Amino acid sequence: MAELLKVNNLKTQFRTESGVVKAVDGLSYYIDEQEIVGLVGESGCGKSVSQLSVMQLINAPGEIVGGEVIFEGKNLLEYEANGPQMRTVRGAKIAMIFQEPMTSLNPVLTIGQQLVEMLILHMKMSDDAARKRAIELMSMVGIPAAANRIDDYPHHFSGGMRQRVMIAMGLSCNPKILIADEPTTALDVTTQAQLLELMKDMVQRFHASLVIVTHNLGVVARYAQRIYIMYAGRIVESGTTKDIFGNPRHPYTIGLLQCIPRLDEEEGRKLVPIEGLPPNLISMPSTCAFLPRCSYKVEKCAREPWPELSQVEGNHYIRCYVNTKEKAGEPKK
Amino acid sequence: MNQRSDENILDIRDLKMYFPVTRGLLRRKVADVKAVDGVSFKLKKDETLGLVGESGCGKTTIGRCVLGLYKPTEGRIFFEGEDIATFTEKRLRQVRSNMALIFQDPYSSLDPRQSAGSIVGEPLKIHQMSGSKREYNDRVEKLFRVVGLDPSMTNRFPHEFSGGQRQRIGVARALACDPDLIVCDEPISALDVSIQAQIINLLEELQDRVQGLSYLFIAHDLSVVRHISDRVAVMYLGHIVEICKARILYENPLHPYTRALLSAVPIADPFVEESRERIILKGEVPSPLNPPSGCPFHPRCFMAVEECSQTLPELRDIGEGHEVACIRV
Repeated sequence: MAELLKVNNLKTQFRTESGVVKAVDGLSYYIDEQEIVGLVGESGCGKSVSQLSVMQLINAPGEIVGGEVIFEGKNLLEYEANGPQMRTVRGAKIAMIFQEPMTSLNPVLTIGQQLVEMLILHMKMSDDAARKRAIELMSMVGIPAAANRIDDYPHHFSGGMRQRVMIAMGLSCNPKILIADEPTTALDVTTQAQLLELMKDMVQRFHASLVIVTHNLGVVARYAQRIYIMYAGRIVESGTTKDIFGNPRHPYTIGLLQCIPRLDEEEGRKLVPIEGLPPNLISMPSTCAFLPRCSYKVEKCAREPWPELSQVEGNHYIRCYVNTKEKAGEPKK
Repeated sequence: MNQRSDENILDIRDLKMYFPVTRGLLRRKVADVKAVDGVSFKLKKDETLGLVGESGCGKTTIGRCVLGLYKPTEGRIFFEGEDIATFTEKRLRQVRSNMALIFQDPYSSLDPRQSAGSIVGEPLKIHQMSGSKREYNDRVEKLFRVVGLDPSMTNRFPHEFSGGQRQRIGVARALACDPDLIVCDEPISALDVSIQAQIINLLEELQDRVQGLSYLFIAHDLSVVRHISDRVAVMYLGHIVEICKARILYENPLHPYTRALLSAVPIADPFVEESRERIILKGEVPSPLNPPSGCPFHPRCFMAVEECSQTLPELRDIGEGHEVACIRV
């Protein structure tokens, strides 16, 4: 499949009183057409900020200080954040579903008003056509009696239903890319499963690509085709889902997989926590940011700067000096 | 888990907790929210019982009833042989030194204006177990060490700690009076993945070290519950629908809700995921204000028959302590 979006060396910083927070620090990734990609990392690793940067939704004190976002041959970062060109992309060709379905809908507007607004703005539909399309979209995402519920307010909907509305909004303008930022974190397990299935079906139906931003490795194992693992503002490992889970090579990825309890685990399995804490993004060392927590570290790691991504095989890349496969079985403290 | 395992520390019989819904100026009662509606289970010494279910199923309410924070509408709660549901506030306070609670949110459950040492030591003072100043300080320092915190940090304030460290403070506070029972209410769901394992391991180590410590572990994350629990109870709309040994529940879930719940949790392994059964439930959890007749799960159940809407199934033992509340099993 052809490449749809390419992000090169993206850098986003926040100026705060205590210093410059390098939330995203040289991030590069790509998304192919009709692909489901997982972006995985813990809180504060820059996964949400990177997606907001792609959409140019970074507000002061945040600032995109470098890099490019190539979409359909154009660099989106050259567009003015609130200019007309960016507005034809944002919400229309690249749409986003936010984490909190409770707060991301406007409480004083009906569901219908919020859905119709996008259709009129981006698709240049008439009021009647937009309303008809909105009802269609609502029933498509599984909202029962959509024609009656279109005039309800967000508080009439449960969390799961609101997230369905968000999905309908995201899909309303036939986007090329749908970015789902922790789409199911605030929801119950069975609702989460319903919505993820729905999203998968919908992006297939609309021939769109889906970016799932999450901290849940299970979710990406089930749905994603390719995965990027992020740590401290950068990608530390990328590859197909089977590469990442079958042959994890970066110490952080290995650590993550060892520290999560699994539903099908054997009895008596001991979790191996990753000791220490994620780094402070204000005073980042020039060496590997994972170094203080790494159990595979060698002497070189403390001397040299953070390595570039290097190929393991095929599409599988890691940002590490150590061949963890050879060292597996003898991790040292 | 070991020699004293036949003793029950907690024995809950037909517990009901209804919250009245009032309306109007006179606070007229118009309905009841049946948060917990007839729940019975036992917790042995040294055992960890996991209580899982989706939000609103009543799992937290049970935890609060056990701690005597709610007065149950009906039912009995035997804690170490005494029915604490009938206790006065004064007697409850004495019993409470023997039980503790670890909260979900390590950010809001610690007083921001109290030093970490004083947070951990406060239960000792409340229960008059502090002794001399020296004994008190020694005890607090020991508690810090037990949970893996540096005792030199007793004078710091909560905001100076990370999320994981704060939860360690919460654990230390729970341990202060040497309780026999700790109710852990979603103790790790607010933490990052790599930090969660640290707290889980800490809780497990403590149980190995402390004789007769039992956990009532309330969580919605089934993988975590499986990892830490000896037995698991699955709740739906105020009822326990299935309860058995953790391993059996995950290998051979029988209640359709348990099966759906387990299949909804993705496993971090694409090779396993390829061949897993996926049951996607229809609809959402009904409101406990107006629960369905018969089996509470029947409107969403993929195995339901006519009869399910008429009779409320009882929990029945189908061998090896595996109890299920479903007429189709």
